[in-house]
Amino acid sequence: MSAEQGIDIYRRRFLGNAAKASAGLALAPGIMLTELGHAKPADEAVTGQVRWGMLIDSNKCAEGCNDCVQACNDEHGLTGFDRPATDAQWIRKVKLKDRQTGHTQTLPLLCQHCEHPPCVDVCPTGASFKREDGIVLVDKHICIGCRYCMMACPYKARSFIHETLQDQMPYAPRGKGTVESCTFCVHRVDDDRTPACVEACTAENHNALVFGDMHDPSSQISQELERHSSQQIRADLQLNTGVRYRGI
Amino acid sequence: MKSIDFREIDGGLPFYMLVGFIGVFVLAALGAAYYMEHNGHWVTGMSNQIIWGTPHVFAVFLIVAASGALNVASVSSVFNKTAYKPLARLSGLLAITLLVGGLAVLVLDLGRPDRLIVAMTYYNFKSIFAWNIILYIGFMGVVAVYLWMMMERKMNRFTRAAGMGAFIWRLILTTGTGSIFGFLVARQGYDAAIMAPMFVVMSFSFGLAIFILVLMALYKWSDRPLGDAILFRLKNLLGVFVAAVMYFVLAYHLTNLYGTENHGVEHFILLDGGIYTQLFWIVQLGLGSLLPLILLYSPGPGTNRAWIGFSCLLVIIGGLAQMYVIIIGGQAYPMEMFPGKEVTSTFFDGVVADYTPSLPEFVLGLGGVALALAATVVGTRVLRFLPASLADDQVDPHHTPAKAG
Repeated sequence: MSAEQGIDIYRRRFLGNAAKASAGLALAPGIMLTELGHAKPADEAVTGQVRWGMLIDSNKCAEGCNDCVQACNDEHGLTGFDRPATDAQWIRKVKLKDRQTGHTQTLPLLCQHCEHPPCVDVCPTGASFKREDGIVLVDKHICIGCRYCMMACPYKARSFIHETLQDQMPYAPRGKGTVESCTFCVHRVDDDRTPACVEACTAENHNALVFGDMHDPSSQISQELERHSSQQIRADLQLNTGVRYRGI
Repeated sequence: MKSIDFREIDGGLPFYMLVGFIGVFVLAALGAAYYMEHNGHWVTGMSNQIIWGTPHVFAVFLIVAASGALNVASVSSVFNKTAYKPLARLSGLLAITLLVGGLAVLVLDLGRPDRLIVAMTYYNFKSIFAWNIILYIGFMGVVAVYLWMMMERKMNRFTRAAGMGAFIWRLILTTGTGSIFGFLVARQGYDAAIMAPMFVVMSFSFGLAIFILVLMALYKWSDRPLGDAILFRLKNLLGVFVAAVMYFVLAYHLTNLYGTENHGVEHFILLDGGIYTQLFWIVQLGLGSLLPLILLYSPGPGTNRAWIGFSCLLVIIGGLAQMYVIIIGGQAYPMEMFPGKEVTSTFFDGVVADYTPSLPEFVLGLGGVALALAATVVGTRVLRFLPASLADDQVDPHHTPAKAG
C-alpha cells in the first residue's frame, strides 16, 4: 500500500465518522422528544405511547338522559332522515334488563376502539384502520362500501351511509356509500380536547364518562381503572377494547 | 375412444332472440343498480341491521355454484373418467360465466362500485375478502388456461396438469367464500369452521344442478342428441351431493344445539324465525333437498328427463333458500352482547331485524343469473364448447342399445 492510498483511507474513515456523528447530533433531540414528551405538535405523527380510552360508569348513566348522543350528533352533523333503520348512529343509549333479577340500567354504546379490531382485520382494502394511539377509523377515500366490517363488528358500532348527505362538518367528512363510526372525536383529541359525548356528560354533572390516556399512569382513567373493577363487552373475544364499563 | 366432434351452436334469429331475451334481464339489472346507487341504499330493503341483502344471496350463490360447475371437468381430467370428457369444456365455460355473473352482482351492490379499482389495488392481506378477490380473478385465469389446454390440440397433453391446478384452485376458492362467514366471530350464526367445507359441498350440489339444467336446455334448444347414459350418471352424482349438503347442515345445527350459548340462534332459525324457519324447513330441506333426492333415485321420475330437470330446479331453489337463511337469517338474529339481559335501544339492539327484499335488489340478483346464462350461450356460439352429439354410443364406446321387447 502506498502512502497516498493510506492517507485516502484515513480521510475516508474520518469523513464517514464525522458524518455519523453529525447525523446522530441532528436526530437525537427528535428521538428524545418523542420519548419524553406527551404533548404532540399537530404536524407530528401519533405514537403508540398513548392509548386513548374511555371508562363508562353505568351506575352514573342516567336513564332518559340522551345528552351524549345529542352532543355526538351535533358535533358530527349526524342529522338523519327520520329513517331509524338506515340513519347513522355513532353512539346510542342501550337499556339493559336482567332476565333473572329484573335489574335495569342504561349505558352508551359506541365503537369500542379495540386493540385487535375485527373491522380492521376483515376490511379488504385497508380503509378500516387503527391509529397508533388506538383510535379506530375509516379512510373514506378507500372504503368501497362492501360493509364486511359491519358484519364483523361485535358491537354493531358501524353505520353505512344510505343516502346523499348535506351540510357536513369540515372535520368529519362523510360520504354516501361508505361506512363510518365513532372517531373518538379524533379532531378534538388531536387538539388536546375531550370527545363531545364526554364533555356533554360532564356538563350535565353526571360524570359517567371518563376519557384519557390508558398508558399514562397518572391519568384519571388509568387511576380509576386501577382502583375499581371494570368490564369489557364481549371480553370473551379478547379484543382488548379501548372502552371499558363499570356496573354491568 | 372416438374423437369427439365439438361444434358451435347455430346462429341466426333464434340465437339472437334467446340472447336478446336474456339480455333484457341484464339491462333491467343495470337499471336497478343505477337506481340503488343513485338514491343510496335506503331505497332497498337493506339497513344498518341487515347489511347484506338479496343481491348477496344471489352473488354468493352464483360464486359458489361457479366453482361447483367446474366439477364435471375435474372428474374428467383429474379423476380420469372418460365419460365426462365431452362435457369438460362446457363445465369450464359455466365456471367462468357463473363467477362473472356473481361478481357483477357483488360489485354493483357495493356502496361505491366506482371504486372497483381501489379494491384491485389496495390489499389488506389479513382480510379473507381481499384473498377472495385474488382467488376469483385467479380462478378465471386458471380455468381459461385449462380450457385452452383442452381446446387446442397441441396443448392437450397439459390438460391433466391444468385440470389439477384448476381443481385445487376451486377448492381453495370455495373455502375462502365459506370463510367469509366462518371467520365472523361477532355473530352467533357464523363463526364456525364447518362453513368452509359446507360451502365446498354446497358448490358441488348447486354447480352440478345448474350444469345439468344448462346442458339439457342447450341440447334441446340446439336439437342435438343427449343420451340417457351421461344424463343418468350426472343425476346420480347430483343425488350424492344433495345428500352430502344435508349431512353438513345436520352437523352444523347439531354442534350448535349442543352448546347453550347457541340455543338462541338455533331456536330462531329452527323454530320461531318466521320466514327463515319456513325457508329452512320447507324450501331448503323439503323442496330443495328431500324431494329432489327422492325424485332422482325413484325408478319412475329418476329416469324421466322432465323430472330430472325439475329436480335440478328444486336443488337450485333450495340452494338460494339456504343462502337466504345463512346470509340474511344470520344477520336478522340480534348479536349477543349482554348475555342474560334483555336489550333495547334506538338502534334495534336485542330485536330481530326486519327485512323485506325490494324489487331492485331482486332484479339485480336475477340479472347476475341472466348475465351468466347470456355469456354461456354466446360462448357456445363463438367457440366449440359443445359436442355435436352426446348420444349414448358417442359417450360410451361399450354402450349396447337396449333390445326391444
